[in-house]
Amino acid sequence: MMENMLDHGDGKRRKFNVQGLFVSPWFKRLLLWLFPTLFLLQFFFVPLFRILILGFDASALKTENFSLAFSVLSFTFYQASLSLALTFILGLPSAILFARYNFYGKSFLRALTAIPFMLPTVVVATAFNSLLGPNGWIHTLLPLSSFQFMGTLTAILTAHVFYNTTIVIRIVGNALSRLDPKLEYAARSLGADSSRVWWNVILPLLRPSLLAAALLVFLFDFTSFGVILLLGGTNFSTLEVEIYLRVLKLPNLPLAALLSLIQLIFTLIFSLLYTRVINQTTVQTAPRFSASSFPANIREKIFAALLVLFLSSFFFLPLVSLPLRSLTRLEADRGQRTEVQYGITIDYYKELFINRRGSLFYVPPIQAALNSFAFAGLTVLFSLFLGFPAALALAKPTWLEKILDPLLILPLGSSAVMLGLGFILSFGSALSLPIFVPIAHTLIALPFVVRALQPAIASIPERLRQAASTLGASPFRVWQTVDFPILSRATLTAATFAFTISLGEFGATLLLSRPDRPTIPVAIARFLSQPGGLNYGQAMAMSTILMIITCVSILFIERDDNRFA
Amino acid sequence: MIIALLELRSISKTYQGQALLKGISFTVNSGETVCLLGVSGSGKSTLLRIIAGLESPDDGFVLFNGVDLASMPPHTRDFGLVFQDYGLFPHLNVFDNIAFGLKMQKIPASEIKQRVAALLKQINLTGFESRRVTDLSGGEQQRVALARALAPEPRLLMFDEPLGALDRTLKDDLLNELRVILRRTKIPAIYVTHDQDEAFAIAHRILLLHDGVIVREGTPAAVWNNPGSAWAAQFLSVGNIIGGIVNAKGKVKTDYGAFTLTCKHKHSKGEKISLLIRQSSGAHETLKLKVQDVIFKREQFEVHAQGGLVFHVKERPKVDGIIPLRVKVECLHENPKEKPSGRGSLSVRR
Repeated sequence: MMENMLDHGDGKRRKFNVQGLFVSPWFKRLLLWLFPTLFLLQFFFVPLFRILILGFDASALKTENFSLAFSVLSFTFYQASLSLALTFILGLPSAILFARYNFYGKSFLRALTAIPFMLPTVVVATAFNSLLGPNGWIHTLLPLSSFQFMGTLTAILTAHVFYNTTIVIRIVGNALSRLDPKLEYAARSLGADSSRVWWNVILPLLRPSLLAAALLVFLFDFTSFGVILLLGGTNFSTLEVEIYLRVLKLPNLPLAALLSLIQLIFTLIFSLLYTRVINQTTVQTAPRFSASSFPANIREKIFAALLVLFLSSFFFLPLVSLPLRSLTRLEADRGQRTEVQYGITIDYYKELFINRRGSLFYVPPIQAALNSFAFAGLTVLFSLFLGFPAALALAKPTWLEKILDPLLILPLGSSAVMLGLGFILSFGSALSLPIFVPIAHTLIALPFVVRALQPAIASIPERLRQAASTLGASPFRVWQTVDFPILSRATLTAATFAFTISLGEFGATLLLSRPDRPTIPVAIARFLSQPGGLNYGQAMAMSTILMIITCVSILFIERDDNRFA
Repeated sequence: MIIALLELRSISKTYQGQALLKGISFTVNSGETVCLLGVSGSGKSTLLRIIAGLESPDDGFVLFNGVDLASMPPHTRDFGLVFQDYGLFPHLNVFDNIAFGLKMQKIPASEIKQRVAALLKQINLTGFESRRVTDLSGGEQQRVALARALAPEPRLLMFDEPLGALDRTLKDDLLNELRVILRRTKIPAIYVTHDQDEAFAIAHRILLLHDGVIVREGTPAAVWNNPGSAWAAQFLSVGNIIGGIVNAKGKVKTDYGAFTLTCKHKHSKGEKISLLIRQSSGAHETLKLKVQDVIFKREQFEVHAQGGLVFHVKERPKVDGIIPLRVKVECLHENPKEKPSGRGSLSVRR
């Protein structure tokens, strides 16, 4: 045995020439990276380069462009800061609630607050529309003619809070519940009352997670597109919305490129800050989670009860209102405000299958769903094909991976609308090929797919493989019994991520999809932009379908996550 | 005159539906170090948190100087706490950690500086003021934690397995320093541990906690000499414990011969009891045992004899040989909650 091994080693050393080169770890590594880097180069860096060139062009660097950019940038900052403040006003008490207290339905409420984060923006926009819009429940059931929600800053802020509160609950709440309770005990035994415990011990220790949560929330609010376009209407223009307008509605590509560059610079700054913050000293963690307890005194009980009530209605109402509205006919749909009659109907769903003359599409609206599924399926294939080798290489990182890993994430930092603009600048008339939609989706999904696969690949200990092979398993059996069971789950999770992201993607698709080949979100946006109860109802029906598919996917991913944990 | 400073009266606590503490009562006198000794999970730490006011008991009282503390929040109790994993504030340096309690008392900065310097000298860490606590070694961190607890001059100090995370030699050094500091400052202390050597070294008085109640209380020597129950003897590794059955003539039949019972309480025929067999050069009884294994243990040899009995001898005996051993045989309670009934010595007859 021993001699065999020595012999093998010798043989390997002697044979090092041409054959050795092909089996050398470096060659394998480069092979793994070949397709992912080529893909990124062609579909991300070339378009990015086109935007850079156009953005620095004389036609872009004009005073009037700068003054417009400045006002758009100010509003973007303004709404993002307001959204951030409101998100923290709701998020911090909620983080304390979830970290410190037990109450009935806690895990359900926690899951409920997390749902919006995964929902496509069009779904959130239609959900609020179904509740507070002119054809929504509140307006048709209550005579509130002066009350306007759609097209206001309030609508934008509400949707942003709805989206991002879960970030604060997760990041700050987790840090809080992982805080070693002994630190609090120590402070109290040293004479600190509860307010001093908070100011002198807990808040300073939570600082990194507070900062991380704030930066992340701000980043999402800063780059928000669908919410602003669909809830804010024409009144508000953030960088994202303005880029979209300058590509499709009031074409001025140099201006769009300039705005993209500004946007890119800021998102890069925030992302860099965020990575710095999360790499800072981590919170002193307890070996296990500190115990949460039922609210003890009357003050805690009132705090918990009010917050639970508010959270459940705030997160539950829009999510229920949407499917209900898609199944209900409200007479006010037809403009008769005098008497409201309502009844259950599945007409809106039926209508999706009918190709009406003079309708928005040349095809039955349900075709949009078929398009979406086809694009999503292609996105899954592409992103797995590119993500697997990248994840394999990243599982055992060398200096090469340290360089390539951030590049892989970069498309996330640039916005979806900007990806669309880059494609338009780079591929011109070739864009009529439908393949570019799933390619754009793949760019967005790829970081998630790699992140889902990489830990699973890295988690397979070499010892497990060695153990299996010393027990007499052939390399194939090793793969079959060790690698496959672990990786199949991660692959399914990754595929679900890619599928869900593709289904809900709005910004890039809006710029890239051809009018006769809409996806579900594009179709919803088009329905909403048209008057009439039937269009409204179909938007609701399609959003409900998209919401249900997304929720099923979330459940699937979450279930898988729990199994790993 | 001994004054009971801290008094616990029948403290009970249920944790996750299970009775953890079942009516604990004891006192701590001024200047005294009391050691709560018990296995992990026996509720020792919970008891400390109840005394500190960080948790409230389901039943019972905590009194200090005769005053019920129930309505007193923890930050006004003036009791210091030292934890196994130090519990130092990671965002503060050494100086700010030690000064934390002093700042809470709003003591002037100049005085805080002096007192922290004096404490650092006491724990041999002079000049460590601006060091980050996360950069210190385990022993240094525990010294800082001790100084932090000592700084506000608490009325009572509580230690929760303070040396549990340290290795043997460091443990012995710190234990001695701690002993010296406690004896000099005369701050009454409750020391919680599962390590009998620590308890014996530092305590004036030991309380043996088992299954939610205190099963044995006394000075280290008293507890060692008369552990009382089979559980306590085993937990303290006092000696070998063997089982026996009381026969018709009031004798105890064991695998090593029959012994005459002389302990005070009555045993009925057929009752199974435990006997403690200790090596004792002055004892009259001799056991002849077959050697099964011999292990070198520095100054002596550990002998594993028939039936799993373990003894220590100076000269290496032969395996499979028979050696005579002088032993003392004592009677143990099966129920650890029964109070020990004085020395029950037995005579052996082979």
